[in-house]
Amino acid sequence: MARIELEAISKRYGDVHAVRDFSLVIEHGELVVLLGPSGCGKTTTLRMIAGFVPATSGRIRLGGRDVTNMPAHRRNTGLVFQGYALFPHLTAAENIAFGLQMRKLPEPVVREKVTRALRLVRLDDLGDRLPRQLSGGQQQRVALARALVIEPDALLLDEPLSNLDAKLREEVRVEIRQLQRALGLTTVMVTHDQDEALAMADRLVVMSAGAIQQIGTQRELYEHPRNRFVAGFVGRTNFLRGLLVEPGVFRSDGGLTLRYDGRSAPAGAVAPGASPSGARRALALRPERLAIGALADSARANRVAGTVEFASYLGAIIEYYVRLSSGEILRVHAPNTGAAGDRAWALGETVHVSWPVEVGLVLEDEHQPEEDHR
Amino acid sequence: MTAGRAALLVAAGLALGFILLPLVLVSWLSFFRDEVVVFPPSGYTLRWFRAILDQRNFVDGFVTSLEVGVFAMLAGLALGVPASLCLARYRFPGRESLGLVLLTPLVVPGVVAGTAIYVFQVETEILTRLPLVASLPGLVLAHVVVTIPWTVRLVTASLVGFDRTVEEAAQNLGAGPWTTFRRVTLPLIRPGMVAAALFGFVISFGNLEMTLFLIGPGRTTLPIAILQYLEWRIDPVIAAVSLLQIVIIGAAMVATDRYVKLARVL
Ligand SMILES: Nc1ncnc2c1ncn2[C@@H]1O[C@H](COP(=O)(O)OP(=O)(O)OP(=O)(O)O)[C@@H](O)[C@H]1O
Ligand SMILES: [Mg+2]
Repeated sequence: MARIELEAISKRYGDVHAVRDFSLVIEHGELVVLLGPSGCGKTTTLRMIAGFVPATSGRIRLGGRDVTNMPAHRRNTGLVFQGYALFPHLTAAENIAFGLQMRKLPEPVVREKVTRALRLVRLDDLGDRLPRQLSGGQQQRVALARALVIEPDALLLDEPLSNLDAKLREEVRVEIRQLQRALGLTTVMVTHDQDEALAMADRLVVMSAGAIQQIGTQRELYEHPRNRFVAGFVGRTNFLRGLLVEPGVFRSDGGLTLRYDGRSAPAGAVAPGASPSGARRALALRPERLAIGALADSARANRVAGTVEFASYLGAIIEYYVRLSSGEILRVHAPNTGAAGDRAWALGETVHVSWPVEVGLVLEDEHQPEEDHR
Repeated sequence: MTAGRAALLVAAGLALGFILLPLVLVSWLSFFRDEVVVFPPSGYTLRWFRAILDQRNFVDGFVTSLEVGVFAMLAGLALGVPASLCLARYRFPGRESLGLVLLTPLVVPGVVAGTAIYVFQVETEILTRLPLVASLPGLVLAHVVVTIPWTVRLVTASLVGFDRTVEEAAQNLGAGPWTTFRRVTLPLIRPGMVAAALFGFVISFGNLEMTLFLIGPGRTTLPIAILQYLEWRIDPVIAAVSLLQIVIIGAAMVATDRYVKLARVL
């Protein structure tokens, strides 16, 4: 059983905390995605697991072995580098054979495993090509096959799809996911592409400024973000800043009195009873959960009038920026149903935005964590 | 074509002609039939090339130059390649000065270097009683001083833009430091090393000024044998020897250029 255990690992470069107190257990066969803005420490974390960056503190275990002080070449991890890092002087087949040769497997076994690996990534006929004779997507698959064929205890993928065009990227991400599942590989993948993260992960880890902000499934992160950073980073969110008046009632800085339902609050969010009245908070509202209409929808607890300030036709949805009567702006995503009753709103038109109590989520009104470290 | 461009071309052509003229002249001379050089020649012959073999000095000089060149080239690689790797990869105090020191032999006049090395070898010989002056090891040691900078220069050029993640990839796949070097680093810098080897040989083979101080009775290099021969006669034999030397050096440089574009590093 190859589980990856990271116990409070940290990495400092001088004054820079590239990674701090990172604790995570990745179960056998699980695919965890590290998600976060540029410079938040994703690559550093991956390289600590692979053994290229020594941890300043903390312990790393792979399949029960403590590898914290073990050199990279003895750890048995399979790292797919962002730029692939294929050996330019070796053919695709020789690239894939390299790790097997290092393991001193007999030549016929190596040959057979290489053939199978090539078939697995559907490059059967291209084994004799040098990397420079392969397309980006083909090189990417050689890199993947090279990492898979050694049956690593940990498969580590550092933005493996970033060099591919959009269409190939979607194909390859399905391929990687299927292979990873079929082979039961414990996998850590880094990306800053949210769609990719949401499509592939068993669990996601949202990082910011070297620290874990929240760990959870896609649904948990989206529905129950623990803080403002996660709410803003996973999917889109409107934030209204203001004060808690009393449990269940929020007054925005613009003077709107809005109702929310504290019962859906996640562990880290502020339960209505738990906060002193008058505390500064942010109210998070997902744009697709707001309704836009000509008349105030009396069935919904919150109704605010405003004017359409900007509209983008995005295909499946239409995005409106609505300037509320209070001066604040809300982004609203209206489904583009094409139904006869639906109408598009013109710029300057007066509309009403409404939402039920369970949409609003009250979060600590902290700064974005990354702002603290600039 | 503009007038400016034409003028440039003419100037470049003149410069090239100026450089090539002596080479062409020497090559031409080596085929003259007459023993005393006269223009125009009364006919052409290949016998001067045969006559080279009758001159012990030329044959011995050629062999010595070959030996010194090969050993100096090998020693230059053995010392220059690790030095280039250190310079290209590690940051340490004095790194820039070290890089500079390794390249200084390129700008020190051969006469100065030759004198210095001669004095050094004489003193060493007095102290240790090892016969150094005018010995093969003595010559090789001196020539290594000029092959190292060229090796450093050419190998460093091939390390620029070297993608180190391929070395990490090798380690990730289970290769230790030595295996990584042998299976990945070495093959990737091999063109630079081949170029350094060929060019180091050329530099050593053609060296005259520095070597002048270090030869002795019974041990001369080819360029010095030519010089000594010229002191008492000029005939087409000398032209034939020169042509041979030009051909050897030219061939080595053309071969080098296939591995590292010389125009970029000279
Ligand atoms: N060798 C180093 N020396 C000093 N600082 C470093 C070094 N490597 C990384 N850092 C710093 O550590 C932080 C984390 O870097 P890291 O490469 O892990 O970010 P990342 O999350 O992978 O970003 P990206 O999405 O841009 O790849 C950054 O602030 C970076 O500047
Ligand atoms: Mg990165």
